Amino acid sequence: MTTTQVKKPRKLLPGSRSAQGRIVNFVLLLAATLLVLFPFIWMLSLAFTPADDAFRDVKIWPDNPTFENFVTALQLGSLDRAFLNSIVVALISVATNCVITVAAGYAFARLKFRGSDIVFYVLLATAAIPVAVTLIPLFLMVSNFPLAGGNDLFGRGGSGLIDTLGGIAIPYLVGTMSIFLVRQFYKGMSSELAEAARIDGASEYRIFWSVYLPISKPIIAVVAIFSFTTVWDDLLWPLVVSSSSRSQTVQLALTEFTQSGNIQYAPLMAATIIVTIPVLLVFLFNQRHFISGLSEGAVKG
Amino acid sequence: MADSAVHSSAVSTELPSGPGFPDPGRSGPARRSRSRRPLHRSISRAGIVLVAPAALYVLIFQLAPVVYGLVLSFTQYSPLQRGAPTFIGLDNYATLLRDPDFLNALWVTARYTLQVLPVTVAIALVLALLANRPFPGVGLFRSALYIPHIVSLTAVSMIWLWMYSQNGLFNDMLELVNLGPQRWLNDAETALNGVSVMRIWKALGSNMVLLLAGLQTIPRDLYEAASIDGANRWHQFRYVTLPGLRPMLVYVVAMDIIYLSQSFAEIFVLTSGGPLNSTTTVNYLIYTEAFDYSSMGSASAMAFVLFAFIAGLTLVALRAGRER
Repeated sequence: MTTTQVKKPRKLLPGSRSAQGRIVNFVLLLAATLLVLFPFIWMLSLAFTPADDAFRDVKIWPDNPTFENFVTALQLGSLDRAFLNSIVVALISVATNCVITVAAGYAFARLKFRGSDIVFYVLLATAAIPVAVTLIPLFLMVSNFPLAGGNDLFGRGGSGLIDTLGGIAIPYLVGTMSIFLVRQFYKGMSSELAEAARIDGASEYRIFWSVYLPISKPIIAVVAIFSFTTVWDDLLWPLVVSSSSRSQTVQLALTEFTQSGNIQYAPLMAATIIVTIPVLLVFLFNQRHFISGLSEGAVKG
Repeated sequence: MADSAVHSSAVSTELPSGPGFPDPGRSGPARRSRSRRPLHRSISRAGIVLVAPAALYVLIFQLAPVVYGLVLSFTQYSPLQRGAPTFIGLDNYATLLRDPDFLNALWVTARYTLQVLPVTVAIALVLALLANRPFPGVGLFRSALYIPHIVSLTAVSMIWLWMYSQNGLFNDMLELVNLGPQRWLNDAETALNGVSVMRIWKALGSNMVLLLAGLQTIPRDLYEAASIDGANRWHQFRYVTLPGLRPMLVYVVAMDIIYLSQSFAEIFVLTSGGPLNSTTTVNYLIYTEAFDYSSMGSASAMAFVLFAFIAGLTLVALRAGRER
């Protein structure tokens, strides 16, 4: 230990430093934040720069800001259709996750049955399986889906659910991490409410539905956000399953812009903004849930 | 949903007086369904019913595919030739371990993971320490720093694709200091580093938020006690912050390993695995092998080798991070 520090017992607690230290802290944080946001600032600048200026010099504040890139973006790669597709698949996933994972998480926390812990850990373990392992089998299962896309009962003859929104939705229907988060949520709740309702003769389903579900909005929000962003942001699975604009999702539509040899970056940045806005809005209005969904698994896991 | 909103207000007012709930008006139909069976039986039956949909889904769309994939990895199979998979035993694995393309992809994946990981965690730790002090507007900084994590990997890759392009931002900046343009992602020497820089930036947000949550679990008295003992700021960091942060650091490192070693979207957008396979990760190779060349058997084998690789790397990290 250094002796100089002992002689002047300054309080070195976080937050109680000298004014000078705080200013340095603030300036460093501000600089780091600007640096991190730098690519986004330039994305905005380019998106509002007229196409003619985009190849010469791009300024943070464009000389003649314009919306033309956004119009071009919507026409260029069938972005409008992709937007609709992504919304449909995301809403399907939000609905199934909110029903299935909330019910399962509740049961794992409060309605123990013989072997329920084993079932839970098996479900949780599947979250650690790399996407690549199930990618090919899932693709084959989707293309051999019985009685769909011209397939017979044994999944032969047609294209199954390939290039359909149903096929795109399949891997997102139940998120095992969500089951884990829901279970943690209900484990932290008192069981007095349930006992009281049981004494009054309420069935287990009724206790879940009328006692616990109404006070579960925070965790339902986490599950909804989690499933929405998972669908919205994924590229690999849609890339494999979709083969036309019929089932193209937003991220896939973005990559269409880079397929031509001469990439038009200004409309591409406009498209990137359009694709990002929904997730950004969800984030801005639900920051608390975003963060808790992320750190819950870590702190309590 | 409207129904539950009504209940919600009723419950929140009932909460303190637990035993008074549910109100008599509502328990009517429930009373009728009361059974004389032992309580634990109705509980475990309800549990099974509520778990069943999730368990069935995972069985069919998660566990069965793993088994299916494992079986495929012992076969030669191309769906384009409408035949059944032919069983070839361990041939796929034996071939892979001698396949220079696959070994290269493993090397690229390892290098990418191990060069992005320490840098992003170190910077995220500095950011977390800076953002851990209470001052007005700190929440705004935390949110802003989190934004790269919110935006999809595909979308941020688009931005960096432009920044690295011929007339992009990085070459503009070089021009300002009178340096010639670089080829960045088009040069086998620099491409993987270029992608890495993007990913370091992209991973900062989630790592920072997690480390921040970890920092806030460290009791303040420990710092107080340390400063009374005469510990300077470095000593406090070394002997209070780091040990207190250890569980969260281990978690962050493990998660980063799992995500980084499965990189696909940024490779697909920025480099398509090139130039000269210098950025072909295992995941990217699996994608091309299975869906460009339609050899699903050997691609499945690659997936299981990747699985083992990720599991091994994660275990090493967990072991290294264990309390000694």
